[in-house]
Amino acid sequence: MFHAVTAGALMVLGGCSGSYSALDPAGPHAQTIAQLWWVMLGGAAVLFVLVMVLFVLTLFRPGFGSGVSPRVWIVAGGLLMPIPVLVALTFYALFQGERLLPGRDDGGPVYRIEAHARQWQWEFRYLDEPGTPSTLDVLHIPAGLPVEVVATSADVIHSFWVPRLGGKIDATPGHAARIRIEADQAGQYGGVCAEYCGTGHSGMRFRVEAHEGADFRALADRGFAP
Amino acid sequence: MTTPAKPDPVALHKALSEAWGTKPGLGQLAAVNHTSIGKRFMVTAAVFFVIGGLLAMLIRTQLATSRSPFMEEGTYAQVFTMHGTIMMFLFAIPMLEGAAIYLLPKMLGARDLAFPRLTAYGYWCYLFGGTMLLMALLFGVAPDSGWFMYTPLSSSTYSPGINADVWLLGVTFVEISALSAAVEIIVSILRLRAPGMSLERMPIFAWYMLVVAGMMLVGFPPLILGSILLEAERAFDLPFFDPTRGGDPLLWQHLFWLFGHPEVYIIFLPAAGMVSTFLPVFAGRPLAGYRAVVVSVISMGFISFGLWVHHMYTVGIPHLALGIFSAASALVTIPTAIQIFAWLATLAHGRPRLSIPMLYVFGFLFVFILGGLTGVMLAMVPFDWQAHDTHFVVAHLHYVLVGGFVFPLLAAAYYWLPHLTGRFPLPQLSKAAFWLIFIGFNVTFFIMHLTGLRGMPRRVHVYPQEPGMELFNLVSSLGSFVMTIGFALVLVDFVLQARFGRHAGRNPWKAGTLEWAMPTPPPSYNFASLPAIDARADQLDPDALGPQLAAGKGYLGFVRHGQMETLAVDPVSGRLEQIIVLPRSTFLPLLTALVTGVFFLLMLAKLYALAPLALLGVAGMFLLWTRATGAREDLPALDAGRGEQAPVHFQSRGAPSEWAMVLTLTANATLYASLLFGGLFLWVSAPGWPAEPTPFKTNVLLQVLALGALAGTLLASRRSLRAGAEGRIGWLAVLAASHLAAAVLFGLMALELVPFNTQHALFAVIFAVYFYAGFHSLLGVLFALYGVWRVLSGHVSAVRDLDLRIGARLHTYAACAGILAVVFVWQLLMLGSGGAPA
Repeated sequence: MFHAVTAGALMVLGGCSGSYSALDPAGPHAQTIAQLWWVMLGGAAVLFVLVMVLFVLTLFRPGFGSGVSPRVWIVAGGLLMPIPVLVALTFYALFQGERLLPGRDDGGPVYRIEAHARQWQWEFRYLDEPGTPSTLDVLHIPAGLPVEVVATSADVIHSFWVPRLGGKIDATPGHAARIRIEADQAGQYGGVCAEYCGTGHSGMRFRVEAHEGADFRALADRGFAP
Repeated sequence: MTTPAKPDPVALHKALSEAWGTKPGLGQLAAVNHTSIGKRFMVTAAVFFVIGGLLAMLIRTQLATSRSPFMEEGTYAQVFTMHGTIMMFLFAIPMLEGAAIYLLPKMLGARDLAFPRLTAYGYWCYLFGGTMLLMALLFGVAPDSGWFMYTPLSSSTYSPGINADVWLLGVTFVEISALSAAVEIIVSILRLRAPGMSLERMPIFAWYMLVVAGMMLVGFPPLILGSILLEAERAFDLPFFDPTRGGDPLLWQHLFWLFGHPEVYIIFLPAAGMVSTFLPVFAGRPLAGYRAVVVSVISMGFISFGLWVHHMYTVGIPHLALGIFSAASALVTIPTAIQIFAWLATLAHGRPRLSIPMLYVFGFLFVFILGGLTGVMLAMVPFDWQAHDTHFVVAHLHYVLVGGFVFPLLAAAYYWLPHLTGRFPLPQLSKAAFWLIFIGFNVTFFIMHLTGLRGMPRRVHVYPQEPGMELFNLVSSLGSFVMTIGFALVLVDFVLQARFGRHAGRNPWKAGTLEWAMPTPPPSYNFASLPAIDARADQLDPDALGPQLAAGKGYLGFVRHGQMETLAVDPVSGRLEQIIVLPRSTFLPLLTALVTGVFFLLMLAKLYALAPLALLGVAGMFLLWTRATGAREDLPALDAGRGEQAPVHFQSRGAPSEWAMVLTLTANATLYASLLFGGLFLWVSAPGWPAEPTPFKTNVLLQVLALGALAGTLLASRRSLRAGAEGRIGWLAVLAASHLAAAVLFGLMALELVPFNTQHALFAVIFAVYFYAGFHSLLGVLFALYGVWRVLSGHVSAVRDLDLRIGARLHTYAACAGILAVVFVWQLLMLGSGGAPA
């Protein structure tokens, strides 16, 4: 039993880390969303256990809950319980979402790149480095600075996603949608195409390399050549 | 007409069986009886479930290891696309239709649904459309762009083969059955009930199905329109979705999810309706909060149409706009919670009996509540930005759909199989099967939430060799095989039950609904006589009622001229209103579906010039259907039994067929509204608007002439209804001529758009609008000429004017649609070319 529990715990903990794990955040955006997830997971667990316990009790304990009128059952369980939870959660999520949006980051510096997708490759263009060549399947970003990603596509719909740095955004042909990501520290982070885009979808992965300020500047100045 | 003498039960049974039965052998292909067709729907859907399940096994085999060489990516794409397509369109929807078709007349105290031939036609369309998709799978040309077919991936540029056409045409073919079932179910619930069954006495399942059918009626048209537009883009190069020519891939997403989200509730609600029906039986008391449940179901129906954007949080829609959909998505939890607590209250105030169906109810609540909770999580925009399009969503949707449909469906199967077979299942086997499915399901899908958050996107056939990810996937694959063994045991259980189960007898569960007030398995005519209802129809006593009805002591306890008769009531009060004479078994539904299938095959073979001929054939076949209806002389009020009389339906105002026409036009109007919405959406959202200046000029003369012709149809249609015997033919001829003129004018206007309609979506939309209007004017010609034929053949009189009144609904609709087309085009041209009309 002890071994099973240990194995289970290890599995879950080991499962959270990894170069693509949204539960192993490496920047403030992914951190915010991960926090939202843990809060919702806790709330969901409580509600789930509550309803299942009530069900089992009504089924196996004759007379359980018969002192409460059907109307009270329905009003309490169907209205009074969910409404405050849902209202609070919706506003909390809306507030968090607003914080993560492009243009809402207290007006500080932002590094802008374009993620241009095609079957089955990512081309990253550095909008703040005029004349610098674009890079393929590797995105260099400065650490500690919000990065605004403009997702575009040359053919079908793709989706830009770096789980450890923030949410995903679709690259739809004819549109340019934006999202922000950020890495706290220098390092390498895995990225994937999240929208099915044809037979090369599984392999349409890329790598984000975050560099400390001075390193990044030097790298950018030599056109991201190694 | 005299009342036939009341025969004894055995003679009555023989006479009714003679009238209602279907001939054996080849004659079975002519069956229109709802019991037969309902069973066929359910068995066919079960076969598709097995096929879809086997495809899922292939997926789990591929994903069991990170770099499996089992399937290459093209095959894998076909497998996951077909798994989703089959489970949604060929299993879930037809299964719930089949259950409703089988159960509703029996619960409502009727002998059949309102339009038995339409039921049969819907079944054949489903079978043939589904077969088309399966054939494509066998020949390796199955759809492969994912079950929601996002374009441009599904466009002819990126999917040049016929794979995508198979989906668009096959699924549309199948959806004919969904729309016909929706019309059928609404009319039958509202009209074909036992006398005395007012709305508030309806069994709760009828309320659920009324809402579901209403949702299907307006939920499917956006998908059908989207499929037509995408097929038109693929076949005729009309660039509705092409961003390089003024189209927009996002239009497809809106149309798809405008259908796709209500679809989830269309699948869940019938299952919840079944739970609300049998859970009180096992609680030993009526459903608590009947009214609260009815209100919550209706509100769910409405809210479900306001949620579709929550599938599109990552496309770049402004965050505050997403907030509204996020709040609506959270809101839909409340009616669900009300139903769950109504069930808990029912159990708390009853004396619950444990049984196999209740075991599945436990599975249902366990799995579905988890799915609902992850649904609330996904409704929160920031979280969705991470979880969207990952295996977290795969886990969520399986918790919702398997929890919300498969578990309650299996509960319902164990509850109602004694009705179908007259026998009980084997309890030990049933329990073992349940636990295998329950454990297998949770092992497969619970860990998958984590797999998704761990960074695994949907629809990948290989994934990184990281320890966590490989282990999670292996666990899921192992669980899925346990679940499969469970489903196989259920199948064995059902087969054994049908052969060796002990006899169940009448009303084995001591239920209070009417379907148990008949022998099991049920006879073709359901009730030897129809009950008079004086209480809520889930609190009746089938044990006492059954023998009385069998003895012919209710309504229509006789056979008149060998006719198949049932009753229609006032929709609200349930007062007896009409005697419905139903059509007999006929091969026409099968033949009509075959001709319909020829149309879809011609489209698939890209023989576009021949396809309209097949449509003409379909119209001709439907005209043949009318030969069996109506009468050539006015009939007096007929004896309904129990000392009451009622007119025959074709001499009544508001006959079921007139309601059906109104409902069909409602679905049609939804499709048209989706098209007009599409045009405006492109103007707002698509790149490349306003369009570059072109030499295209609108021909105002043609537009004015068209408006004149449409006004002419309105006038002639009214006059033809009011004219006496001598004036009818003349006005109908004027009507046909005006429609024809309008059709020709719309045709000319559409032709003037060539070749601009392939250059920019603006002109493609206008082309589609003109085509729609012209097509309806042609339908107007058909209906006007049909009216002439019916008058000439003596089927129309002052009281027998049903054919003309049904036609009048279409004529009015065609005229309004045409006028709207002209106005809309004028507006869109002004908006879409950036200023004055081009």
